[in-house]
Order: sequence, then C-alpha cells, then structure tokens
Amino acid sequence: MVSVQSEGRREEPLVPTSVKIVIAGGFGVGKTTMVGAVSEITPLRTEELLTEAGEEIDDLAGVEGKNTTTVALDFGRITINPELVLYLFGTPGQDRFWFMWDELSLGSIGAVVLVDTRRLDAGFGAIDFFERRGIPFVVAVNCFEGSHSYTAEEMRQALDVSETVPLVLCDARDRESCKTVLACVIEHAMHRLDTVAAQA
Amino acid sequence: MSPHSGDWWYDEAAGPLVRPYAMTSGRTRPKPAGDELTLTTQVRALRTTSDQGSLSVEHLEIVKLCRKPLSVAEVAAYLNAPLVVVKVLLSDLIQRGDVITRDPSRTAVPMDLNLLQKVLDGVRAI
Repeated sequence: MVSVQSEGRREEPLVPTSVKIVIAGGFGVGKTTMVGAVSEITPLRTEELLTEAGEEIDDLAGVEGKNTTTVALDFGRITINPELVLYLFGTPGQDRFWFMWDELSLGSIGAVVLVDTRRLDAGFGAIDFFERRGIPFVVAVNCFEGSHSYTAEEMRQALDVSETVPLVLCDARDRESCKTVLACVIEHAMHRLDTVAAQA
Repeated sequence: MSPHSGDWWYDEAAGPLVRPYAMTSGRTRPKPAGDELTLTTQVRALRTTSDQGSLSVEHLEIVKLCRKPLSVAEVAAYLNAPLVVVKVLLSDLIQRGDVITRDPSRTAVPMDLNLLQKVLDGVRAI
C-alpha cells in the first residue's frame, strides 16, 4: 500500500493514530462492563481534576482555597494494528459532569448510548446530547437476564428514537454482542459520511 | 498541626495529603509544547542522549512507560496521577525532545471512509 522509499525517514519511531468511540448512558447501566467485554486491557481509570473556579488559574496561588473535585473516566483499548488504536471511553455517570462529554465526543467516530430496560429515562439525556450535536450514535439496549420481554420496535417507541438511529439489543457482558454494537456504530458513521458526501 | 491538641488539621474530607500538583512543582498548566495534548494523543519515548539528571522520578516513569506508544489517558492511569498533572509533565518532555506525540484524528478533518473501514475490520477481527 505505502511504497517504502529510502527517504531516511524509516528511522522515525512509529506513533500510531488513535480513534475513539464513546460509551454513554446513565449511572450503573453497564458502560464499564461493555468496555471491559471488548477491551484488550482491564479497563483503566483516569481522573481529571476540576477546580470550581474554572480554568483561569495559572499557578497554585488561589488554588488552595478552592474546592477541587475529580471526575473519573473509565476506558479500554483495542489495538487494531501497530498504526491504529481504538479507545473506548465510558462517560462519567453523574449529570454534573456533562461538560466532560464534549471533550470525550470531540473527534470520536461516534457513540453508543447504552440503556437499561428498567430505567429507560436514564438514557434520554445521552440521546439528546448526541442528537443535538449531530454525532453519530446507536442505541444499545442492555438486556439483563429476565428483561428480554421487549422488542426493538417497542424500545424505539418508548425511547422516541428516530428510524435513522440504529437500535440494537445487546448483552454488555458478552464480547461478541459488544463487538456487534461497536461495528454498528462504525457502520452508522460510515453511512453518515457517505450521505454527506452524496449531498455535497 | 497544633502541638498542644490531639485535633489534626486534616481529616478524610481534606483529601490526599500529597497535593496533586506537587509532582509538577506547583504548575497547573502545561508548557505551550503540551497545549494540544488530548486524552488520546499518542506518546512515544525517543532514545535520547539528553541529560536525564534534571528529570523527576515521574518524568522518568513516563519515559519508561512510553517505550511503547501510549495515550495520554493511559499514561495518567498507569502513573496514577490526574490528567492535568500528566499533561504538565509531558509538556516538559516534549519540549526537551524526550518524547514525540501524534494527535488523534480531529473533527475538523472528517474521518475518511478508509480509516473507518480499517477500524471496522479490526473490531470484527478481535
């Protein structure tokens, strides 16, 4: 594919390209379970420090009197090949960390909104977020044992999701099931790209 | 701290005793070299002959971790340090030329179908 030329640039160590998919949804819906089901590493946790005063702080002067809090992000990794890595980021569950969603979504392929049939309303905020920003997303209904009594169509109606948004039933603990969900997001993003290209 | 009382000035609510910014000598912002760092920016250490004597234990730990490429988020997780702290430390290393980085694909440049197809094939193959 790439012609290997003797430009002397072969010495440069390889630094991969990274892409990401956001796994969103309400608290306790199984986001980290889904990340863990497909990640090649045990999901990692990283923390961002937040200062209530915002970001206008240049040094520690002023920091000590303000409340700092942390927001935890869980994520996993799939190495596609030595040049391409896919990261899966779970969104923070608490509503007060909505602003983190923007950073997570920026440059993402798309998102999975994971919903739980017992608490459908917990998914509304996430659906709304991605709809408004025009970010490609799919709705994945996490079917815990015994909650398999709804059809995809019933779920679509209950969630009021448009026909253009793929909706799949899944088991967040099952690797193959989660792979299908991820493939669905990527295909949806590709389809959207195709549609945009056709309109241009 | 009061020598004459058993009441410590700190309790659980005070949080960790080592302030997170201690690792950065109080700096809360990365150097300009680290302005573009995001969660998924890839970092890789270079073999350099630069003097490592001025580097902190955390800097050296990052260089060691990044012998194979890692994202900023992974470095933070493995170092068990907040993201902002890691970005400050990375900005030092970038400026010194100890590590190189590669930004993730951005929204400004629409993802190309070719890239997405590779990701799709990759996910199916795992």
